[in-house]
Amino acid sequence: MSENTPVLEMRNVDKSFGPIDVLHEISLKVHEGEVLCLLGDNGAGKSTLIKTLSGVHQPTRGEMLMDSKLVNFQNPREAHDMGIATVHQFGGTYPLMSVGRNFFAGVEPTKGFGPFKIFDRKKANRIAVEQVQKFGITRITDGDRLVGGLSGGERQSLAIARAVYFGARVLILDEPTAALGVKQAAHVLRIVNEAKKRGLAVIFITHQVMHAMAVGDHFAVLIRGAIAADFRKGDKSREEIADLMAGGESMADLEASIEGYMETHGGHVPPPAH
Amino acid sequence: MEMMSALLRRPAAASILSLVGVLAFYVIFGGVDLGKLLNAASWVNYAARIGIVAIPVGLLMVSGEIDISIGAMIPAGAMSAAIITGYYEFPMIFGILGAIGIGVMVGLINGILAVRTTVPTLIITLATLVAMQGVVLAGSKLLTGSASVPLTAPGWAKTIFGQLMFGGSHQVIIVWWVIFAVVFWFVLHQTRYGNWIFAMGGDKESARNAGIPVNRMTIVLFVLTATSASFVGMCHAILFNSAQVSGGMNDIFNIIVSVVVGGVLLTGGFGSVPGVFVGTLTFAIVIKGIDFTTIDRNWSNLIIGVMLLTAVAMNESFRKLALTAVLGKKENAGDSVVAVAKNN
Ligand SMILES: Nc1ncnc2c1ncn2[C@@H]1O[C@H](COP(=O)(O)OP(=O)(O)OP(=O)(O)O)[C@@H](O)[C@H]1O
Ligand SMILES: [Mg+2]
Repeated sequence: MSENTPVLEMRNVDKSFGPIDVLHEISLKVHEGEVLCLLGDNGAGKSTLIKTLSGVHQPTRGEMLMDSKLVNFQNPREAHDMGIATVHQFGGTYPLMSVGRNFFAGVEPTKGFGPFKIFDRKKANRIAVEQVQKFGITRITDGDRLVGGLSGGERQSLAIARAVYFGARVLILDEPTAALGVKQAAHVLRIVNEAKKRGLAVIFITHQVMHAMAVGDHFAVLIRGAIAADFRKGDKSREEIADLMAGGESMADLEASIEGYMETHGGHVPPPAH
Repeated sequence: MEMMSALLRRPAAASILSLVGVLAFYVIFGGVDLGKLLNAASWVNYAARIGIVAIPVGLLMVSGEIDISIGAMIPAGAMSAAIITGYYEFPMIFGILGAIGIGVMVGLINGILAVRTTVPTLIITLATLVAMQGVVLAGSKLLTGSASVPLTAPGWAKTIFGQLMFGGSHQVIIVWWVIFAVVFWFVLHQTRYGNWIFAMGGDKESARNAGIPVNRMTIVLFVLTATSASFVGMCHAILFNSAQVSGGMNDIFNIIVSVVVGGVLLTGGFGSVPGVFVGTLTFAIVIKGIDFTTIDRNWSNLIIGVMLLTAVAMNESFRKLALTAVLGKKENAGDSVVAVAKNN
């Protein structure tokens, strides 16, 4: 596969819920070893966009491609099986289960045979601890510890480590740092970088400029369900990005111009600014 | 100290403390002769009767669902066996199959409704509870003209399901209870299916996305609860040579209280078979053990209420203890966001 083939691509995707149009003509690409930051105000459609990517919703119009082949996920399971892992805030972990049992939920290692196949707790714990430690979470040393006793950042990290270990190619993170303190967020960002180094394509939603700047290679700004800006790291200064995200002047400009464009172009959105 | 806190973190901890507490209470305030109590059969028989149902109900509750139709399924199992073998005089094996069959059937109905609809399982099984009470009463009246049917079971059936053991008053159902406990302990705590059940109770959506066959597991669990209840009913009919139509409301409460005292979280995701086992023992000792005390037996419900609250409170705090178990004091999270930005 050539370097330039995106792992996952959206072409002119629209998504409506009945009469409510939420996404308009979204075109996006994510490549291996690249972090795409999805920015935008509350209600802009970020969550709807990633839910479409991860099979929760089906596009109303437009197409999705994986490795340049058309795909059509009917449910999250299908997307998951193709290597698209979605980590919601605190999602994917079970607080009252141990680290080892969490890590292997649904794909438990067993030993023994016939009806006496038993869950291989030692192996599960060993691999789980090994994997999260590889991601720099050295505080987790006991696979029997309940996940609910870990910090939010550690839980996120566990979920990400799990997705990577089980061969995810695209990692989708919906505001993974939203409720975290500085140190915890640093944990998660470090892990996002680590996942990127391992060649995963990462889609990262955040409201915090610092977090976006720390890991992003590529930024897309959603405004009212349309991609208003699409640029690479270095194309814009931190201030410009911060302004865009904070809905400052350039955001207001963009918004106004999009509305103007849509009015004069029969509801179509302008090509994203670069 | 380390061992002590490890012990307290286990889901069975509260039920063991409840058991010790109840025994101590009966000895100190009720003047119970412990030797006499421990040799008595009444509470063990009773514990086995509710315990066989409490264990699968415990698993179902760990998975985040509940089944109250068990209240109707105990008399349904008894009446099926008695009507088929006692009234129509078919061979005993048909009576046994009939009792098991009605459990499987109602379990399937509960399970399929639970996965196909969004109706809470409390409501679904409330509906099947009431419906089965009606079916059992009306069916019995229609077929036999009575709400009480005699049954004379052959020797082998008596030996396997009904006989009193050691020539004394311990029923063979106690052995079944222990077998149930061992098998379900193995499934819940040693196999991957157990992990699935915990995950389902923890977060059903995540479990589904992780590829766990949530629907199939839910149906199987409902079949197990209903069938275990009809099994208990059948054993009783065989032991006592007759079956009566009854509401079974008490059984529902007693079984669920045992499960909760046993440390199962009502909202799912946490619990253990040893805990439910001890919870059932404790419950049975409160109810039947009071006869060995100088305390008026009418106080037993008050004791159960207090015990239930205490056990639930203990479960809460032990669960917190398990969650906040001290991590290694190493601090590695020192790097700031800026450092990450630089590394990038
Ligand atoms: N299932 C649905 N049915 C109808 N409207 C929906 C549905 N899901 C989302 N929407 C609407 O789509 C819009 C975008 O929602 P979405 O959750 O994608 O925003 P978001 O960018 O993730 O916001 P936030 O930053 O607050 O998480 C909202 O106006 C929301 O009301
Ligand atoms: Mg959102």
